[in-house]
Parts: sequence; structure tokens; C-alpha cells
Amino acid sequence: MSTQPISLTRTRRDPFSVLFTGLTGVATLLILLILAVILGNILWHGKEGLSWRFIFSMSDREMFDVNQAGVLPMIVGTTARVILMTIIVLPIGVITAIYLNEYAHSTSIFTRIIRGAVNNLAGVPSIVFGLFGMGFFISFIGGRLDAALYPGDAEPHWGKPALIWASATLAVMTLPVVIVATEEALRAIPLGLREASLALGATKLQTILRIVFPNALPGILTGGILAISRAAGEVAPILFTGAAYYMAGLPKSLTDQFMDLGYHVFIFSTQSPNIEQTRPILYATVVVLLVLTFALNFVAILVRARMRKKMRLSH
Amino acid sequence: MPHKYTGTNRPAGWMGLHRGHKARPLEWLAEKFILLVSLSATVIIFLIFLFVTREALPIILGRMDSSAVKNVRPLEDFDKMTPQEIQAYLHLKPAEYARMDREALLEMMKVRLEAKEEIPDDKDARVNTTAWRYLLLPYQWSDYDRPEYIWQPISQIPKYNLIPLIIGSLKASVVALLFAVPLALGAAIYVSQLASPRLKEWLKPGIELLAGIPSVVLGFFALIVMASFLQHIFGYESRLNAFVAGIALGLAIIPVVFSIAEDALTSVPRSFTEGALALGSTKWQAAWHIVLPAAVPGVFAAVVLGFGRAIGETMIVLMASGNASIVSWSLLDSTRTMTATIAAEMAETVVGGHHYRMLFLIGALLFLVTFIGNMVADWFIHRLKKRLEGRA
Repeated sequence: MSTQPISLTRTRRDPFSVLFTGLTGVATLLILLILAVILGNILWHGKEGLSWRFIFSMSDREMFDVNQAGVLPMIVGTTARVILMTIIVLPIGVITAIYLNEYAHSTSIFTRIIRGAVNNLAGVPSIVFGLFGMGFFISFIGGRLDAALYPGDAEPHWGKPALIWASATLAVMTLPVVIVATEEALRAIPLGLREASLALGATKLQTILRIVFPNALPGILTGGILAISRAAGEVAPILFTGAAYYMAGLPKSLTDQFMDLGYHVFIFSTQSPNIEQTRPILYATVVVLLVLTFALNFVAILVRARMRKKMRLSH
Repeated sequence: MPHKYTGTNRPAGWMGLHRGHKARPLEWLAEKFILLVSLSATVIIFLIFLFVTREALPIILGRMDSSAVKNVRPLEDFDKMTPQEIQAYLHLKPAEYARMDREALLEMMKVRLEAKEEIPDDKDARVNTTAWRYLLLPYQWSDYDRPEYIWQPISQIPKYNLIPLIIGSLKASVVALLFAVPLALGAAIYVSQLASPRLKEWLKPGIELLAGIPSVVLGFFALIVMASFLQHIFGYESRLNAFVAGIALGLAIIPVVFSIAEDALTSVPRSFTEGALALGSTKWQAAWHIVLPAAVPGVFAAVVLGFGRAIGETMIVLMASGNASIVSWSLLDSTRTMTATIAAEMAETVVGGHHYRMLFLIGALLFLVTFIGNMVADWFIHRLKKRLEGRA
């Protein structure tokens, strides 16, 4: 920790200084204020529609009926797609980060291309991921699977919007999040640990698998949680890759469609027959979605803070 | 696993290790596997471009024909057409096609023929609206009194001019930048230069909390709360417009611009500030005259990336912009952005049809715009690093 520069400044206050500090301070305050207004508004109106019945029931008759509505199928759908996504993205992201941090020469063209690709992946619009999921996962892979597994059957089994394709699309989208977080975790492991392991005769891969990886696990976990919390609220990529407007019952297999919290926030706020009447379920759904994403973010922050503390102690 | 120490696999140093040493076969395989998997990001970027552009290819190459007249085939052609051709011609999904017999398909072709009779055989019906000329330049349609840019895919003569959507995207993004950049930059300067470390520890996660709000929730907030509130204050005509969408979009990109700019400002070595303070300047003078100019490339990068995010954001503009594809530079008119168009219309297109391919073309354009934006931002950040290393 460096010392605070305040001790270096002169005590005389000139008008520019006051103006400058004031303006930038007001900008900061304004952002926080807007945030508080948004969260306050949502929580204030949300508590009206929230109830245990709302959270734990399936509305198998009328989605827009305030007294019938329940978000259980949406919670289940969102959770399922996010878990599936994690299973797909974590191994790929972690292995890529291991390559970038443990094997690659940071100056080689090869590494720079991979890094450039990761950067670009982070900036690709979410709706383009949706198009990609449609073109690649559904028509290309799904279509091929259908042709191979069910020849002659025109009814699509894999080549249609499904839980697995939505999850795969989200996995592609969150890949940079996982890679960056894992790399940060790997970089935090002191080189001495690796050298000690090598000095004892372990090979490079053994060192990575038994020394580096277990120590970096909390950081990798943070990456996973960050990816999950980002993906949990995303709607655009799943619009045409798996989200369903309405489904009787829960998804039973990977090729089923699913109902989704974020998608239903969109449905409830744009397709509702009577927005005044459905406002309670709309707000309550938003609260559930927000609580879910913020809780995940919070866990990520906690894990990271604990990891940092541990790191500081070990030095 | 017990490991025998032999001279051949003695580690030479972390970075150079994989060069010199001969790993055991299994390890060699594992290392090659790591290398292969790490290529995935590169492969995926390539695949995204490939699969999005592939669907738009017939339009890009000018091979698609959407003209209402030329597009109709006589009944006798039925036996000459392949199943794929019939499917595409009748706009059928594979499952629907499988359910129909020959009679039903012929009946559908007859309906198409009859429908053609009802389309007036004027110049409009003969126009291939997917040609580049009609995508980008104004055209004089017969029921309009002057050449116009029109996006109207669901109509007897589908009109696919991209200009209204591009203008819509630009309008919303510019509003977002005008709103977000001053706020985010101000906050970045305050947090990185002026706030005490203890305050900083609270402010930074606070602002980043905004990034944790899903965009669909911001869209909901803009649609349900903000639109009425802003209309009440400014009293404009249409409740949902580029202004409302832009402000909500701004909220989504504030965290992006803030964190990159804050990063850039913090990466300016402390010695710069300390030197300025030692020479008798005040804190704001040091920040304004020394730190900010040094971090300018990073600030540019933040703005460019913010712009890319704004152009690519979907749910907010879909919910709050009003979605009217009209050409107007007024910020208070309803607008339709490129992203919202894809999201709103994809569900009603026929796979392989011209409307479907047009939406993929928009997707490919979006990909290109953000790709170039990322490159430019990358270059700026590279320059910042070089500049700081060169001077420090």
C-alpha cells in the first residue's frame, strides 16, 4: 500500500480544484444514485408480488394471471441452462488459460492470435451469439446428428432449439470471462512454488496438475461464478436457441426447450395483455432474477476476497 | 505416480521447459491436447464469422432473388424440383414438409400461383429487393411520392433497406455515449485520482454493481419506469424513443467505460503525480495536466469499447426504443436498431428465405463493426502501454 498523496498537496484550495473535485465527485455520486433508484424501485414494487407460492409453484394454466403465476419452471430452466453451460465452458476455459499462462511465450504470434481472439470474443454482440448458435449448433451439428441417428425421420430431434444448444451458445459467450479469471488466478501463484516442484523432480505437467492447479482452484471457481452470473441474466443468445414462451412441465431431456427468468421478464413486460394488472408478477420475476444474479456475484466477490487474504498470508 | 529422475527430463526453467525436455508419451499427448484446446477461442471466432456470414452469403453475392413475379413456378415444375427446392419454394420447415403428401404440396404451389395473380404486375413486383442497390440506396416505390429508405420485410413486396436500422443503431448509441462517457470518465477520475483509498474500496464495487444488473432488467426499467418519467419531464410525443433507449443503454455501458478508463488512469505511474505535486501543482492540476493526458489512449479505448457494446446491446433497445423503422435524425422519434430487428423478426422468418438471410447479414455486419472496434481499442491500449513504458 502506498501512502496517500493527500499529504503531499498544498492545503490552499483554489476554485478550479473545488470545481474539478466537485464535478467528478458528482458524476460518481450520480451513478450510485441511479443504481440506488433502480434497485430501490424494483425492490419496493417487487415485494408486493413476491410470495413463497409465487416462487415455488408452476403456473400450468395461465401465465399472465396474477393469482396463478409461479416462476418455478423459469427458475429450474435458468438453473439448468446455467449448470450445463458451466460444465461445457469450465474445462475449455481453464485449459486455455493454463496454456496461455503456463506454456505460451507471451511474445509469440501464436499466443497473440489466441489472446486477440479471446478479446474479440468478449466484444461480439450477444445477439450474434444467438445467430451463431442457430447456424452452427442447431442447423449444422443438430442437423448432422439427426441425419446420422434418425435417418429418414423428418421430425427434428437434435436440430431444433433445445436446452443443450442454448447452454452451448452461452458457454461460447462466457469463454473469455472464464479464461481471464483463471489466468489471473494462475498468475497469482508464486513462481517459487513451481520451481520447488520442478526441483524435486516433478515434470511440468505434474507440477501444473498437482501444485499450480489446486492452489488456483478458488480463483478458477471465481471465474466460473462470474461466468454463471453473467449468463444467468442473458436473454438475447437464448431467444432462438432454446427459450420457450410456454411449456407444460419441466424440461426432461437435453433436447427439450425450457422457460427462463430473463426471457420471461421480457415477455411479461412486452407481451402482457394488461400491464397494470400483471405488474406485480413482472416486478416479482425481476426481483427473483436480480437476487439470483447478485447472489452469484456476491459469492464470487467473497471467494476472491478469501483467496486474496490467503495469498497475503502465504507471502 | 512415482517419478524417476533422469537427465533427459530435467527442467530447464519454466518458460523454456516445453522446448528442450522430452516428456513421456502420455504427457506429450496431454500437452498437445492443452495446446489444441487453447486454440478453441480462435476457432470459435472463426466459426462465428463463418456460420453467420454463410447464411448471408447468397445476399452478399447477389444470388438471392426476392422479386414477387419471377419467384413463382408453374405446376409442371413440381417433378423437376428437388425436395430441398420445393421446401424452400413453399417456405416449409423440414418437419412440415415431411408431413405433407404430393397432393398437399401441389395445392400449395397452386395457391402461390394464384397469389401471384393478385400482386399487381408493376415495376415493384419485379424488383429483387435483396440486391445491394436496394439495401443501401433510396428507391422510389410506386405508392410513395419520393425515393425513400424503407425497412418493411413483412409486406407484399418485402423492402430491406438497411439505412433506417443503421441510423437507429447510431442514434441510440450516440445518446448512450453522450450520457455514459462524461459520467463514467468523471467517476473514473474521481475514484482513481481523488478519492481516498478507503472510499475507493467502496466506490469501485458500487459502480461495478451496475454491471451485475442483467440488460433485460435495465430494459424493463426503461420501459416500465423511465419512459413515463422522462416523458413527463420533457413532454415529447412517442413514449419509447431513441432518447429513452439511449439513456438505458448508457447505464449498461457506464461500468464498461468506467472500469477500462479507471484501469488506464491507475496504470499511470505514481511518480508522474508525485513529480507534479513536488513542483507545487495542486492535485487537480496533476490529474488534469499530467495523468489524464498520459492515459488518453486508454480513455479512447474505453470509449471505443463502450461504443461497441452500445451497438451490440440487444434487449434494452428491443424493449425501450419503440421499434419503428423510420428514417429520422430526431432523438425523440421511435427507432429500430439492427440488434432489435434480429431479435424481433427472426422468429417469423422461414429458414433459408430472404428475410432470414437478411437478418444474418445484419448479424455479420454487427460482428464486423465490433471486431474492428475491438482491434482499434486493442491498438489504443497497446499504445498506452508503450507510452507509459517509454516515459516511466
